[in-house]
Amino acid sequence: MADLRITALHKYYGSMHAVRGVDLEIPAGEFTVLVGPSGCGKSTLLRTIAGLEDADQGTIEIGGAVVNHLPPRNRDIAMVFQNYALYPFMKVFDNIAFGLRSRNTPKDEIEPKVKRAAQMLAIDHLLDRYPRELSGGQLQRVAIGRAVVRSARLYLFDEPLSNLDAQLRDEMRSEIKRLHQELGKTMIYVTHDQVEAMTMADRIVLLRDGKIEQAGAPLDLFERPASRYVAGFLGSPAMNFIDVQVVAAGDGLALRLGDGNLLALPPARRVNLAERRDQAVVLGVRPEHIGRAAQGEMRAGLARYGAVIELLQPTGSRTYATFNLGATRAVAELQAHDVSAPGQKIELAIDMNRVILIDPATNKVL
Amino acid sequence: MMTLGQRRALRLGLRLAAAIALTLLFMFPIYWLFMISFKTPDEIYAFPPKWYPGQLNFDNYAVLFKDGDATTVGNSLIVAFFSTALAMFLGSICAYSLARFQTGGQHLANWIVSQRMIPPIAVVFPIFLLYVWFGLVDTYIGVILLYTAFNLPYVIWMMRGYILDVPQALEESALVDGCTRWQVIWKVVLPMCRAGLVATSIFTFVFAWNDFIFALVLTRTEVATYTVQITHYFGGQSNFWAKISAMSVLGTLPIFVVTAFMQRYFVRGISLGAVKG
Repeated sequence: MADLRITALHKYYGSMHAVRGVDLEIPAGEFTVLVGPSGCGKSTLLRTIAGLEDADQGTIEIGGAVVNHLPPRNRDIAMVFQNYALYPFMKVFDNIAFGLRSRNTPKDEIEPKVKRAAQMLAIDHLLDRYPRELSGGQLQRVAIGRAVVRSARLYLFDEPLSNLDAQLRDEMRSEIKRLHQELGKTMIYVTHDQVEAMTMADRIVLLRDGKIEQAGAPLDLFERPASRYVAGFLGSPAMNFIDVQVVAAGDGLALRLGDGNLLALPPARRVNLAERRDQAVVLGVRPEHIGRAAQGEMRAGLARYGAVIELLQPTGSRTYATFNLGATRAVAELQAHDVSAPGQKIELAIDMNRVILIDPATNKVL
Repeated sequence: MMTLGQRRALRLGLRLAAAIALTLLFMFPIYWLFMISFKTPDEIYAFPPKWYPGQLNFDNYAVLFKDGDATTVGNSLIVAFFSTALAMFLGSICAYSLARFQTGGQHLANWIVSQRMIPPIAVVFPIFLLYVWFGLVDTYIGVILLYTAFNLPYVIWMMRGYILDVPQALEESALVDGCTRWQVIWKVVLPMCRAGLVATSIFTFVFAWNDFIFALVLTRTEVATYTVQITHYFGGQSNFWAKISAMSVLGTLPIFVVTAFMQRYFVRGISLGAVKG
């Protein structure tokens, strides 16, 4: 059964249309990540689910019951806020116990529950401290503890890690994912960070301008994006987009680059492309699908391209190399020692089985 | 040539001397007031003046308590306490409404605080006529209501500022955690504003305590406050300096006590706010 069902939801702030007709169903126990750039409506959507904002149109059902008219406290949700939202005048213990006390939990149940939640998050030694005595990572753990101590149907996270430094963020990411596995509860997590979305989600809901652009399992979105927007949003470094023309080459089809070079298309990629012959399309290729061509290798689907490397960004095991593909600047993810210096000429191999082709008129993937 | 250490010591010494001189200057009238209240009539009029009484003499106070004049201090306490409590309660919830629900749009708050700028003398006589009509002259309720009304704009204005400083996420978190709006105000907003609550109530209390013009017009004998009572000791023929000073001391002491008692919370509240999560 779906724990959350949203139907035709709209939300306005004055004249701004923040959520434009969202339909969404989230099955029980799933970890769903709402992701998108700032201003895409993801936080508004989450706050509307929580009841902190009123829905202007559409319905929100939690556990099968419409909750549009219910105040947040009656929606059976728990929420973690971006800025921790801990009460500075209460000790950590009281902060975690706050929700239990507000709901008149029997006194003798409060302490064991708080202690168990604190142990789960490794903050049981901090219960006697005030929030001002804690570090950012500890504060975030307390904030999460305050949510998980209650047994709610839905757990909502509003960009909970965006105030932490990179290392802590990695640590908390796996912590939250572990919590999800332990508790088995339905969680909805908002972030603008595509890495967080990819690594944590059972399902990603990618939002753009208040609408759902695409929803699905992380790898589905990554490998089979529905639009140029999705393809460009997921993955780091971002996908390269190159304007090309579909042309006939021999008995098959190829893509002609701006500099006249041809990239042959493997048979599997020719489906539906015949009628696009002599038309412009956009080629989308991920940096990791461009590698250094091995000597004499002629594997099917590999297109060779001689490039001059303009810029190198070593990351350790891999090196990002910038070069001109056709007339467009592109990035390839090479092995660390494939290239030594900018200006070097190198033979690259593009894996044409993995590229996507986009209709420039609609920006949809063909 | 002075060494750096010597120069530093000299500068510190000069600062201390200046501070002590200023303190003496400000403390002297209060010292004099206290001393007069313990003097005998002869000592009060002695020339050259006597810097301190021959012995601690409580006769001046005894007279005030025997004649029942001291009850006016009790009246002041009652009206100041209840009008402060009422103004703080009503003002805080009004301020919450202004701060969080934008009640009355952007300018209502400014309009409200402008009400505080009305000179008391301009409204006191119309209010007197109104009170005669309602039978509120010389009653606790009458004075308390007026002080409350006069203090409300100030409380609303101050508390609105403090409430705006409370991060909204704290309230939202409490709403999700199971609180109603009223519980959010009581359990989260007011504790967050504790420093502001204390500071604002001190000012509100002091206004009611020090008020003279309203009390003069609106009280007779039943609920006359100590400020009104003191004026009775200024006579056409002579001024009763002993009573004036003793009554003034009685009127000053509660303010000392209130401020000293509240200061503990005051300082704690400020330091709490300064390092919030």
